[in-house]
Amino acid sequence: MVSPEAIRNILARNEALAPIAGEISEDENLFDKGLDSFGSVQLMLALEEHFDVEFPDHLLSRKSFSTIRSIRETVSSLVQAEAA
Amino acid sequence: MESLASAPTFCEPLDDDGLSEPTFLDRLFDQGLLVRTGVDGLYGRSGAFESVVEALDRLIGRLGAADNAEVLRFPPGMSRPAFERSGYLKGFPNLAGTVHSFCGHEGEHAKLLACVEAGEDWTAGQKATDIVLTPAACYPLYPVAAARGALPAEGRLFDLQSYCFRREPSLEPTRMQLFRMREYVRMGSPDQVLAFRESWLERGTQMIRDLALPLAIDAANDPFFGRAGRMLANNQRAQGLKFELNVPVNSVEKPTACLSFNYHQDHFGTTWGLTQADGSVAHTACVGFGLERITLALLRHHGLDLAAWPEAVRRVLWG
Ligand SMILES: [Zn+2]
Repeated sequence: MVSPEAIRNILARNEALAPIAGEISEDENLFDKGLDSFGSVQLMLALEEHFDVEFPDHLLSRKSFSTIRSIRETVSSLVQAEAA
Repeated sequence: MESLASAPTFCEPLDDDGLSEPTFLDRLFDQGLLVRTGVDGLYGRSGAFESVVEALDRLIGRLGAADNAEVLRFPPGMSRPAFERSGYLKGFPNLAGTVHSFCGHEGEHAKLLACVEAGEDWTAGQKATDIVLTPAACYPLYPVAAARGALPAEGRLFDLQSYCFRREPSLEPTRMQLFRMREYVRMGSPDQVLAFRESWLERGTQMIRDLALPLAIDAANDPFFGRAGRMLANNQRAQGLKFELNVPVNSVEKPTACLSFNYHQDHFGTTWGLTQADGSVAHTACVGFGLERITLALLRHHGLDLAAWPEAVRRVLWG
């Protein structure tokens, strides 16, 4: 399972989230915390690079990237699919 | 790009099979309404065509007159630094058009002429200028509005019209590379700009009905570039940020967006430091009218002879 810390480290690269990345809880909405559309795209690309996965089209949505928990679940499912 | 040859037909027994019958674009050329230039999507317009564009422009002005929008007109080129800051390149690098110019000395001039003479590429030495072709009528407006300082409590409303450029060569006459867009742009609180968009959804629908054209309002997304763009497009749809008023012109299955209703949230407010009276970031929305596209829709549905258009439609346009 992908750890929340691994996600927080990547969130810390986003300009708006950097100062608070360590304190965001797993279920807080990242868009409410200042993540914007382009930020979410950069987040998506950073996650793909870090975990060596590719998000399929149907997961390229705001919902997939809205909380640390949803990101962990999405990325984990992709990592497992790769490993299987 | 879907070819016109496979486009389904409607509203008249026009068989665009590419063999026996001319396409809609061919008929526009044959009738002299559009003029070939040798570049797909770059056309001259006849007096008759322009008379419709101008009538639509006036009609849209009448529909919005009560709102007292501030009229501004920009040329079809905008400042490159402003264009870069707008974020357009994040979403649409493939559609942008930059203006390049010869900046060399006499020796390079001779080389350039020699290249032209030899039919070789003479553009290698052209340098990007500080002008970019305007991609949408509202892009030059935001920095100008932000430079005035915070919005008044009632927000602001602007009336724009400009030739716009998008590099997407096509044989669909509705997809021109240089075309005119009339826009109203609202800046203010989320409530103010959403109310504006709502009112134009109604007015725009009524306008197209009055022109006796079939229409549908659909959730839409901008043609963002690449895989990252797929995500932006999905988000835009999921959040209901963009609607289009579609009229079948080339085909029923792929109708043409003639009006678009866009809620940018705080994108341009944040980008340009545009604030509301209370200091919070301004939200913006715009309604865009594709003047050539509406004209083409009228020609497609009412025929290429303007004098033969339904009397009610002519009255709406020309009184
Ligand atoms: Zn606009």
